[in-house]
Amino acid sequence: MADTGTLSFKVSPVSPLAPDGRYLARKFYGRFMAGMITVAALVGVSVLWLILGYVIVRGAPAINLDFFTQRPLPYGEVGGGIAPSITGTLLILVVAAVIGVPVGLGCGIYLAEYGRGTIVEVIRFCSDLVAGLPSIVVGVFVWALLVRQVVGNFSGLAGAVSLSIIMIPIIVRTVEAVLLLVPYTLREAALALGVPKWRMVISVVLPSARAGIITGLVLSVARAGGETAPLLLTTLGNQFFSWNLLEPVGAIPIQLYNYAVAPYPDWHTKAWGAAFVLISVIGILSTLARVATRGNNR
Amino acid sequence: MTMSEQVPGTNRATQAVDDRNTTSTETTGGHWMQVTDVAAYYGDRMAISGVSMTIKPRAATAIIGPSGCGKSTFIRCLNRMHEVGLGVNRVTGSVLLDGHDIYGRSVDPVQVRRYIGMVFQRPNPFPSMSIYDNVVAGIKLTRSPSRTELDETVERCLNQAALWDEVKDKLKASGASLSGGQQQRLCIARSLAMQPHVLLMDEPCSALDPIATFKIETLINELKRQYTIVIVTHNMQQASRVADETAFFLAGEDRIGKLVEFGPTNQLFTNPTDSRTEAYITGRFG
Repeated sequence: MADTGTLSFKVSPVSPLAPDGRYLARKFYGRFMAGMITVAALVGVSVLWLILGYVIVRGAPAINLDFFTQRPLPYGEVGGGIAPSITGTLLILVVAAVIGVPVGLGCGIYLAEYGRGTIVEVIRFCSDLVAGLPSIVVGVFVWALLVRQVVGNFSGLAGAVSLSIIMIPIIVRTVEAVLLLVPYTLREAALALGVPKWRMVISVVLPSARAGIITGLVLSVARAGGETAPLLLTTLGNQFFSWNLLEPVGAIPIQLYNYAVAPYPDWHTKAWGAAFVLISVIGILSTLARVATRGNNR
Repeated sequence: MTMSEQVPGTNRATQAVDDRNTTSTETTGGHWMQVTDVAAYYGDRMAISGVSMTIKPRAATAIIGPSGCGKSTFIRCLNRMHEVGLGVNRVTGSVLLDGHDIYGRSVDPVQVRRYIGMVFQRPNPFPSMSIYDNVVAGIKLTRSPSRTELDETVERCLNQAALWDEVKDKLKASGASLSGGQQQRLCIARSLAMQPHVLLMDEPCSALDPIATFKIETLINELKRQYTIVIVTHNMQQASRVADETAFFLAGEDRIGKLVEFGPTNQLFTNPTDSRTEAYITGRFG
């Protein structure tokens, strides 16, 4: 093979490709770091499965049909469920979304598409501050405003308002971020056709970012669905079915809290059951959103 | 077809409506543009200065020049696309479409772009829309067309863009599923659906392979019988293949782009009057 026609080349006695000491050290270090990262990943994921597994194990005895369909019974009576809390949570979340989604979506669109200069920085900063507010502070504020003043008593409406305040900054941030991911060339393409800007935003930019927007909305609903502190101060909770937004309404986190702080083992099991239901409701919402956004995107 | 055939006093809106209702624009004399002493600024910095030219109707006008000479800035000034995104904040001079200033006091830039369409460097079909919807995106988003009109427009424009045979069986497929060259022709079809008076193309082949480029060039030669086309290209051979007239831009030491020479393509390439043009086309710089 050394003969390549008229030219022939000598094989170098020492291979320049032979491994040296530093190579082995590098290789070891590389494997070590990869191992550490893998362990970190496993720990991160296992926390989720530990919590989920423990909730299921502890909550499973409480789960039966009555748990989803009956109202809570006084201590000592066997059975009963948390149905008013499930319907209450869904009701409050829907109303919170009706208030929070238009505001959050509009604000996110403004930041990504219309805002220029200082005003954008100011809005972004304020939105981050609201996102960083402890939820109990939101609860106290809504309590002072709606429970004490406007409505006059604990109410589902006050709960929905406090949850919408928690949802809005999350929606604003995710909507702005996913809209900025839409390539600028698509906006150019639409504008070059003589499409007005508002129409471009609605018909070109938003559909292109559909999956991201829905994910952001679901994330905000999931986050709000688990909030307890503001609900304790605003909706109070209700052992009975109530669809009246101006009256106290049940909510899963409140029911969970009430069961958990009670001294009865049966109620503790029911608290775990409620935790399981809460996780499931949020999980189902997320899965539905995933399924809805799968397909023609991208 | 001289410029004087166009009646400058005619109300542009009425004229435009008439064109839209005419299925074939063959009956009109074509649309022309007149650029006079145009300068554009990025903030305080002047990017192009003193550009004047007449863009002939039903012909392709090429704009060539090295990088940074302001060709893209200039072509965007022709339909006010510089007002979105690009940092250009001031344009002076005048740009007339069929004798009417597109920078006129009461002129809406959105309206300008309905009559002066644009095709970009990288194919940019709307990924959330089907091929069909991509073609009619412009008319759907600006008015409420009938189903028949939509169907007719899709077939007409895809035919004009030489894409119909390749996609007629998959009009419902996503525009993003096409190859790069097909996507660019889809973008051309999308611009044609607006029945533009003028079609601007900003380096439409720079992201395409030679075969796709050849198809687009053939298409341009076809389209210029009916439309007025302005094409920016960094490829001089492309200019000589498609353009009737060519403008050579060059930025000097001051980085301000100027129009060095403008004339019939043949003459500019074989017998340039300016020594800088000759240096550029013979490859001595740029």
